[in-house]
Amino acid sequence: MYIEEKRSIIFIMDRFEVIVIGAGPAGVSSAMVLARAGKKVLLVERGDKAGDKNVFGGTIYAQQTADIFPDFWKSAPLERSIVEQKIFMLTDTNSSEFSYKYKKDEHKAFSIIRSKWDNWAVSQVVDAGAYYAPKTLVKQLIIEDGKVLGVQTEFEKIYSDIVIIADGVNSIFAKQIGLRNDIKDKDVSLSVKEVIELPKERIEDRFNLDDETGCACKILGGPLKNKMALGFMYTNKNTVSIGFSMCIDDFKKCKLKPYEVLEQLKSHPTISAYIKGGKVIEYSSHLLPEGGYNAIPKLYDNRVMIVGDAGMLVNNIHFEGTNLAMLSGKLAAETAIDALDRQDCSASTLKEYYKKLQNSIVIKDMRTHKNTISTIKKNISTITSLYPELACQFFDIMSSADCVPKRAKYRKFLATIIKKAMLPSIPLFILAMEKCFKK
Amino acid sequence: MNINEKLATLKYNKDCESHLSVDNDVCLRCSEKHCTFICPADVYEWNEQKGTLTIRYENCLECGACKIACDKKNIFWRYPNSGFGVKFKNG
Repeated sequence: MYIEEKRSIIFIMDRFEVIVIGAGPAGVSSAMVLARAGKKVLLVERGDKAGDKNVFGGTIYAQQTADIFPDFWKSAPLERSIVEQKIFMLTDTNSSEFSYKYKKDEHKAFSIIRSKWDNWAVSQVVDAGAYYAPKTLVKQLIIEDGKVLGVQTEFEKIYSDIVIIADGVNSIFAKQIGLRNDIKDKDVSLSVKEVIELPKERIEDRFNLDDETGCACKILGGPLKNKMALGFMYTNKNTVSIGFSMCIDDFKKCKLKPYEVLEQLKSHPTISAYIKGGKVIEYSSHLLPEGGYNAIPKLYDNRVMIVGDAGMLVNNIHFEGTNLAMLSGKLAAETAIDALDRQDCSASTLKEYYKKLQNSIVIKDMRTHKNTISTIKKNISTITSLYPELACQFFDIMSSADCVPKRAKYRKFLATIIKKAMLPSIPLFILAMEKCFKK
Repeated sequence: MNINEKLATLKYNKDCESHLSVDNDVCLRCSEKHCTFICPADVYEWNEQKGTLTIRYENCLECGACKIACDKKNIFWRYPNSGFGVKFKNG
């Protein structure tokens, strides 16, 4: 039920079994699973509409989404089904591209626009029987004797047996209950993005797509070289989302303004060809948790659980966030259902949520990459500057017919690879091999 | 495209009170002033003559970068009241 003008419904309801704070992918998934199980659940959202305050890169993953919303593709507002993953490696002026294309009917991921998608997702949750209060800012959690009893909004106090915190990367409430400290600047990236409108046919021509398929691009190097930064480009129906994210401590070191770096990226010859003639219809920014496994806080306590970005649950090596948000939301909801049935919402019962996460890809994958980010950081120049340079050099040798003997060119190229790429990457290689064979 | 043109693509509902504040005395002692660089909406500007930090809170994108970047932990950051602040249509 939508609770907006009829706020008195909250008083009539008296109390809820679960309150979920935040209608992003994690919160919506929790509310959906709880509503389906017949639990009295209230989903609160600070935006006027779900999605008003939400920004992300570009895609949701089909399998995890179908787990929460079966057959979602029949009615959800999707932009394009991703059929190509591309990596651009930029030097200052040139570029080389690597791409993987797969069959159209595999439907691994879809590009979406958050305001449309989030609203649709919330409508599904309401249909399933959840109560939904948009335009509601939670001021603080109500805590007595170390127990979370509910939430204090701008308007009223609302009580529940369990609170699920899904308030995103800046999580104010995970901090309020002492489960999270201030995020360290090395554990978070700032991302800026522009959505650029272009005629549909032009997007399809430029990215070699048909009217339903889409392309997801990652961009290394160029204006982002030597920094813990990555660019991205996603095709939507009539727009292209382009942006980049960079670690906050890198921003602090280089003292560059985010929107100026974005302009540099957009004006790189390779990238600008894709967005030429387009109209910027929206600029946005958002933070991304980048701390990985080591930055995950304790995710439960008496009568409370933390899900999604609020729990720093992002696998940035594989660009996965929305799927982990949905899965963690679901697992927290399942734990809540069990706890409510047993009439025991204490930390010892809710600990089951963390055990479920450990047995899922959320913690398994994040643990696999426990040290990957720090290794990448140590080798950031190799990855963002040397590799793009070498890839371009290779193609340059293959494509240039001039008076220099080929043997001399090969020798120079191989010497650079051995000296600058192979020797420094031996530790990376050993680490990767260790990962593969460890359980 | 400059920052003003970028911000002009956004829809805001401006609150009459700021959701961002600082202790200006701490800013006076801060040599880095990361907030004046990192904010993607140019909310913070240091006025050298007056020695004060101007906060154009109405342009805030509500990302939270400023509070994390501030070495002095001097940015008192919260979300705008419900119904106010930025509204993304294409997030």
